Amino acid sequence: MGQITLSQVRKSFGEVHVIPGVDLTIEDGEFVVFVGPSGCGKSTLLRLIAGLEDTTSGIIAIDGKDATALPPAKRGLAMVFQSYALYPHMSVRKNIAFPLKMAGMSESEQATRVERAAKVLNLTSYLDRRPGQLSGGQRQRVAIGRAIVREPAAFLFDEPLSNLDAALRVGMRQEITELHQSLKTTMVYVTHDQVEAMTMADKIVVLNAGRIEQVGSPLELYRAPVNQFVAGFIGSPKMNFIEGAEAKKHGASTIGIRPEHIEIVEDGPWTGTVGLAEHLGSDTFLRVTVDGIGTLTVRANGEIDRHRNDRITLAPQTDKIHRFDKDGRSMK
Amino acid sequence: MARAVSNKTKTINTVIAGTLGVLMFFPILWIIILSFKTEEDAVRAPLEVLFQSGWTTDNFSTVQARSDYFRHFSNSVIISLGSTLLGLVVAIPAAWSMAFVPARRTKDVLMWMLSTKMMPPVGVLVPIYLIFRDTGLLDSRVGLTVVLMLINLPIIIWMLYTYFREIPGEILEAARMDGAGLKEEILYVLTPMAVPGIASTILLNIILAWNEAFWTLNLTAANAAPLTAFIASYSSPEGLFYAKLSAASIMAIAPILIMGWFSQKQLVRGLTFGAVK
Amino acid sequence: MATKASRAAARMMISPAVILLFAWMIVPLGMTLYFSVLRYNLLTPGANPFVGWENYYWFLTDPSFSAAMVNTLVLVGGVLLITVIGGILFALLLDRPMFGQGVIRIMVIAPFFVMPTVSALVWKNMFMNPVNGIFGRIATGLGFQPVDFFGQIPLASIIIIVAWQWLPFATLILLTALQSLDQEQLEAAEMDGANWTSRFWYIMLPHLARAITVVILIQTIFLLSVFAEILVTTNGGPGTASTTVTYLVYVSSLLQYDVGIGSAGGVVAVILANIVAIFLMRMIGKNLDA
Repeated sequence: MGQITLSQVRKSFGEVHVIPGVDLTIEDGEFVVFVGPSGCGKSTLLRLIAGLEDTTSGIIAIDGKDATALPPAKRGLAMVFQSYALYPHMSVRKNIAFPLKMAGMSESEQATRVERAAKVLNLTSYLDRRPGQLSGGQRQRVAIGRAIVREPAAFLFDEPLSNLDAALRVGMRQEITELHQSLKTTMVYVTHDQVEAMTMADKIVVLNAGRIEQVGSPLELYRAPVNQFVAGFIGSPKMNFIEGAEAKKHGASTIGIRPEHIEIVEDGPWTGTVGLAEHLGSDTFLRVTVDGIGTLTVRANGEIDRHRNDRITLAPQTDKIHRFDKDGRSMK
Repeated sequence: MARAVSNKTKTINTVIAGTLGVLMFFPILWIIILSFKTEEDAVRAPLEVLFQSGWTTDNFSTVQARSDYFRHFSNSVIISLGSTLLGLVVAIPAAWSMAFVPARRTKDVLMWMLSTKMMPPVGVLVPIYLIFRDTGLLDSRVGLTVVLMLINLPIIIWMLYTYFREIPGEILEAARMDGAGLKEEILYVLTPMAVPGIASTILLNIILAWNEAFWTLNLTAANAAPLTAFIASYSSPEGLFYAKLSAASIMAIAPILIMGWFSQKQLVRGLTFGAVK
Repeated sequence: MATKASRAAARMMISPAVILLFAWMIVPLGMTLYFSVLRYNLLTPGANPFVGWENYYWFLTDPSFSAAMVNTLVLVGGVLLITVIGGILFALLLDRPMFGQGVIRIMVIAPFFVMPTVSALVWKNMFMNPVNGIFGRIATGLGFQPVDFFGQIPLASIIIIVAWQWLPFATLILLTALQSLDQEQLEAAEMDGANWTSRFWYIMLPHLARAITVVILIQTIFLLSVFAEILVTTNGGPGTASTTVTYLVYVSSLLQYDVGIGSAGGVVAVILANIVAIFLMRMIGKNLDA
């Protein structure tokens, strides 16, 4: 079991209110991702759940039991840190066995569990090495191994992939997702990378300045962001925002349209000049300065032949236009 | 990238630095030589001492017979090891607190601790002397061990603090998540990770305690006197017996010199008091 | 990484050290303050009447005191000057590529391992003795009158001995700091057209600032209480030519058994040391992000 409930959780460091008050329920077995720009309080929130920081007020309950005052060791949670935080003076085997040793488990039981975890994570042949002799990806696996042997109520991940190179990151992302599918244990995952959030999460929690902006499945957030912040944060490249006369036409203070929802057409309502053209192969991203509107990013076919200073006309898919009021909230 | 340097430059550097090194080391070298000479030879002109005299090991046995080197030696060992280990027991938890749970005042506390080191020993010599006299601690190894522990404590704490700060806090947090209590965290994770730093600290403090000459001279008489007092007894008339004085000096400093030789790496780190990397 | 529980644990863990150091500081200091206002001589048993500032008056107006003040400053200042400048030169030299660096380094460091009583005795007898000392022999050999070190220049002689003991320490710290200097910075400066002097002045020296601060701090702590070197060489003499404040207090209290005056002297020493300490801590606060 691993249901985590936060009610009115606040955290202040002196005068600074990092988390001004959060209510959130993480269901058993869910993969929840906290995402937001740096300094939004997502790591603090995770550390509050872990018990590495005290809440200033509010209640954190794990499986219905109040855990607010429990020390980290008593919460039954396991954590994978950004730096992996492996014990450099212990072998991989001892690293993975450490939580079991702390729990007072017998040597033989420790050994079986370590072997089993090592097999799952392809670490069997590295068990007697020290962390210093492993590659980044292997260290990451050891950190995960150390977390899974305890069979915790939930896993907490604090930006675990940010120290890996791009290729490895994609691989580990898939491994963690598969691990979740086989273990079916609750996972809470913190990242600033919306791609990780979109690809891994059952439920995304978008945080900004310590507040929860929106909670929902990846596609819900993509299709129906509740405000301009979420709209801008989820999706890559970023949604285009247009103010002024064009927005007024739609009865809004600001309108938003994603790059993939603008088409290059023979005869469209918008005309502009191509600035930068990034040819990625699969896609082409054009920066187009549209007359009377401003600069927009447009996604086009990968092999399109458009270059700097070309004049083109564009048409937005009108049903994909998001409208925001003057406070940045979505209008229905 | 280090630039390639010609052997000629290297040789010139070696000659200059080597000369300086020998000059710095010369006083020690000289007493090593004199300690193996007879008294008559030891007071001859330096060149004669070097090239026109024989060797003897009598001085060492004479010194042992006259001033009981081994008793002083064992006092030095007990006092310096004892005060260092006692100091570690108090300092490790304190340094853990300051390094991993820093509060607003941590820096002030650290500075205050160091400032107790600024208090000149003479300022408190009289009361300590009287307290020791009245409690029977005067001339006792226990008393001296405690005093040396206290005077070196700020330095031990400071050094451990600087070493501990190099250890990422996330590792200790990981231990906490893994179910380690405070005791396990310090015993199984922090201390083994800090072994090099702790070793440097131990070495430096043994040296400081071994060589401490204010309290050891003023608080001991016969029983607990360590080697500092042993050698001080050669300051008056006997001092003129160069060979025996040299032998006694070598016997007093040899343990530390040898220890230094074998643990150069840790020691070099320790000698910088952990303050410079 | 701070929860209430860990903060509470931290307080508990640091308290033994704080309590011990506090007691070590406050109990004897309180007693010293108390004794300093009594007429208290171990040779004249009986009542120890309260005499107010009398002991301070005697200690401060004693001509030995002003001499001791000057001597202390000269000793500390002299040794610091020699060791810092000498240490920088040694460090620059040892930082160059050479053969057998380890052996040379251990030779340079060795004096630090020598206990003060030993180094004082060795220098006194084997080197500075006008008849049998090596310096005396060299002078005589060259046809000069040998210098009677402890008779003619007692304080300078002690400075030489103490500087010999502390030069290794300064060298080592400065060398370590120098080795941590990013070589690319120096190469960039070279590309920018800086010659060796400007590289030293604008890059190496600022980089060494922190290390120099550490050297000055730690050495001052130890130099203010230099004792054994004086005890075994000059006994503070001739007259008061090499008496420092530390030594003067020792003479009053343990040689003349005048606890009252000795304590007053101790209080004065503590106040002086605190003035120096405040000064140093300011300097360090800036330079040392401890």
